[in-house]
Amino acid sequence: MTQVAERLETWVAAFEAFGREPGFGADGLRGARTAAFERFLQRGFPTTRDEEWRFTNVAPIAASAFARAAAAVPEPSALAPFRLPDGAAHELVIVNGRLAPQLSSAGAPAGVAIRSLKDDLARTPDDLRPDEPSTPFVDLNTAFFEDGVVIDVTPGAVVSTPIHVLHVTAVEGAPAMVAPRLVIRAGEQSQVTVIESYVSLTDAESFTNAVTQALVGPAAVVDHVKLQREPSRTFHLATIVATTARAGVFRSHAITLGGRLVRNDFLSRLAGEGAECTLNGLYVADGETLVDTHTTIDHTEPHCPSHEVYKGILSGTAKAVFNGKIIVRQKAQKTDAKQTNKALLLSDHAQINSKPQLEIFADDVRCTHGATVGQLDADQLFYLRARGLDPVTARNMLIHAFAGDVLAGVRVDAVRELTLRLVDEKLSIRP
Amino acid sequence: MLLTIRDLRVTAEDKEILKGLDLEVDAGQVHAIMGPNGSGKSTLARVIAGHPGYEVTAGSITYDGKDLLEMDPEVRACEGVFMAFQYPVEIPGINNSYFLKAALNAHRKHRGEPDLDAVEFMALVQDRAKLLQMDKAMLGRAVNEGFSGGEKKRNEIYQMAVLEPRLAVLDETDSGLDIDALKIVANGVNALRSPDRAIVVVTHYQRLLNYIVPDVVHVLTDGRIVRSGGKELAHELEAKGYGWLEAETAGAGARG
Repeated sequence: MTQVAERLETWVAAFEAFGREPGFGADGLRGARTAAFERFLQRGFPTTRDEEWRFTNVAPIAASAFARAAAAVPEPSALAPFRLPDGAAHELVIVNGRLAPQLSSAGAPAGVAIRSLKDDLARTPDDLRPDEPSTPFVDLNTAFFEDGVVIDVTPGAVVSTPIHVLHVTAVEGAPAMVAPRLVIRAGEQSQVTVIESYVSLTDAESFTNAVTQALVGPAAVVDHVKLQREPSRTFHLATIVATTARAGVFRSHAITLGGRLVRNDFLSRLAGEGAECTLNGLYVADGETLVDTHTTIDHTEPHCPSHEVYKGILSGTAKAVFNGKIIVRQKAQKTDAKQTNKALLLSDHAQINSKPQLEIFADDVRCTHGATVGQLDADQLFYLRARGLDPVTARNMLIHAFAGDVLAGVRVDAVRELTLRLVDEKLSIRP
Repeated sequence: MLLTIRDLRVTAEDKEILKGLDLEVDAGQVHAIMGPNGSGKSTLARVIAGHPGYEVTAGSITYDGKDLLEMDPEVRACEGVFMAFQYPVEIPGINNSYFLKAALNAHRKHRGEPDLDAVEFMALVQDRAKLLQMDKAMLGRAVNEGFSGGEKKRNEIYQMAVLEPRLAVLDETDSGLDIDALKIVANGVNALRSPDRAIVVVTHYQRLLNYIVPDVVHVLTDGRIVRSGGKELAHELEAKGYGWLEAETAGAGARG
């Protein structure tokens, strides 16, 4: 206990130091940060005694003294491998949590305003919503985020150019924390695609503690892709909260390809009649990586469909956790919720803990869930070999097929192709 | 002789299924292997293809002068051995044409030939698809996914037509086919008859042999070929059933 308290001392010192900087903010933001940090101090980091963290031990994060990542200005050439092809997207580059306009595309697509969250908070402080949900990691992000970025889409605007938010960690030496914060606000009947990439320029130990909020207006459509491709010494904890109004659509594809410990907490709230969400994901983990996906889809209104497909490919001694909660509130009649979780274990030592969690309070609903865990199908392998394909090609073809259908939902061609290529690269390095 | 099997003994899960089987098939011929359920017909087909679920405990299979049992399944395929599966597996996510192109190019690579380009490949598959009356939509779907039983069998013969094997073993390709589908499949197989290709048709029923007329008919019961003859043997079996041969050979250890 004393050890934990000692570790939190380093966070207290960092918070106090941050408080003396202009970047900390004033008034409402100062209050929100302070309240969040106090909550964090009271609770500390979660432990495996906490049901939501039973299989995911964050003690290594608690034990490591992460400093706030300092501002950095990387060479443009260092970012080249992580950009999307020319013209495929409007790019916003965020380095160590700070918007880097000189590295980003100029201006903004028609119908979109891009602002610093801190400027935005001066006008609409509610948008920070620090209490939704208030987990230790969200609180820590609220306490420490630097700029934060708001993507604001005008009502009725159909934004044809996808927006690529490239979160870059550029740290050397001592372990550092980066706390990216993104708000996507899509006005009524607007449509936008936002791709978030998380990358690192070095393989130094780092801790990405990200929060993304999507506010999907009535009849608006938000397509969200999260592509995590950080190196093997990164702890990545992300909370994605989407609130979708009447007849709005929130589609999410979360692809996890790197990191030492990755946890995604999705909360999708279907808050208006006929709102719809898709939460799909693919993770590929090898070595000693742990990938934890916790999703909550909260049906609060009637006639809301939700679709969820998560697939994992695990090798080495990688571990995965999938916890898919679906809440159907009493008022949410005619809910149609489907959840599928599949894992492919390529080694005898890889493992997954998979748990669907349905909490249904309405009586006229359809909720289905299914989970499968297994190895490659021996009959399929033999079939391919019997037609002349060598075992490695046959195996790769089957793995590719397993991953492919989740990625088929990624509608931006450049991103889907990039992701498939990254998945193949990641898999082919294995014996 | 293209295929020579000598005294083949095969076990699966500690049970002996083939108990000293002999068979010779020459190029240019169509052989039918008939027999009751459980006699070992499908086991024979799968062992020729290299299925990992069987253990060969004795005997030999010589294909084109080479030891077939020494080859991995994909090498056998590239050397020209093809088995049409009794139960073709569905492979969601792998496009039928993509898969077939990869297979064909693996064969070509094995022979030291360059890959077919997309245009050459399309020309080839469209020609072969016509033979089996496959529509374009089927070619673009995932391998066997959502195919009816008949479509799956047609897809097998279509693959055979594209890969052009020297030895084709059709494992109960007729089962589950209605008469129209049976005719399409048989027409496809007949079109592929050639002086340098051998076809082994494994079947329970004589019906298919009305359409694919064999040169030689073998009867397989209890793990051995107990009788071989011309196509009239199939009619005899149809009339009398397998019982008379089983009774005739029971306890005698006789071979046909």
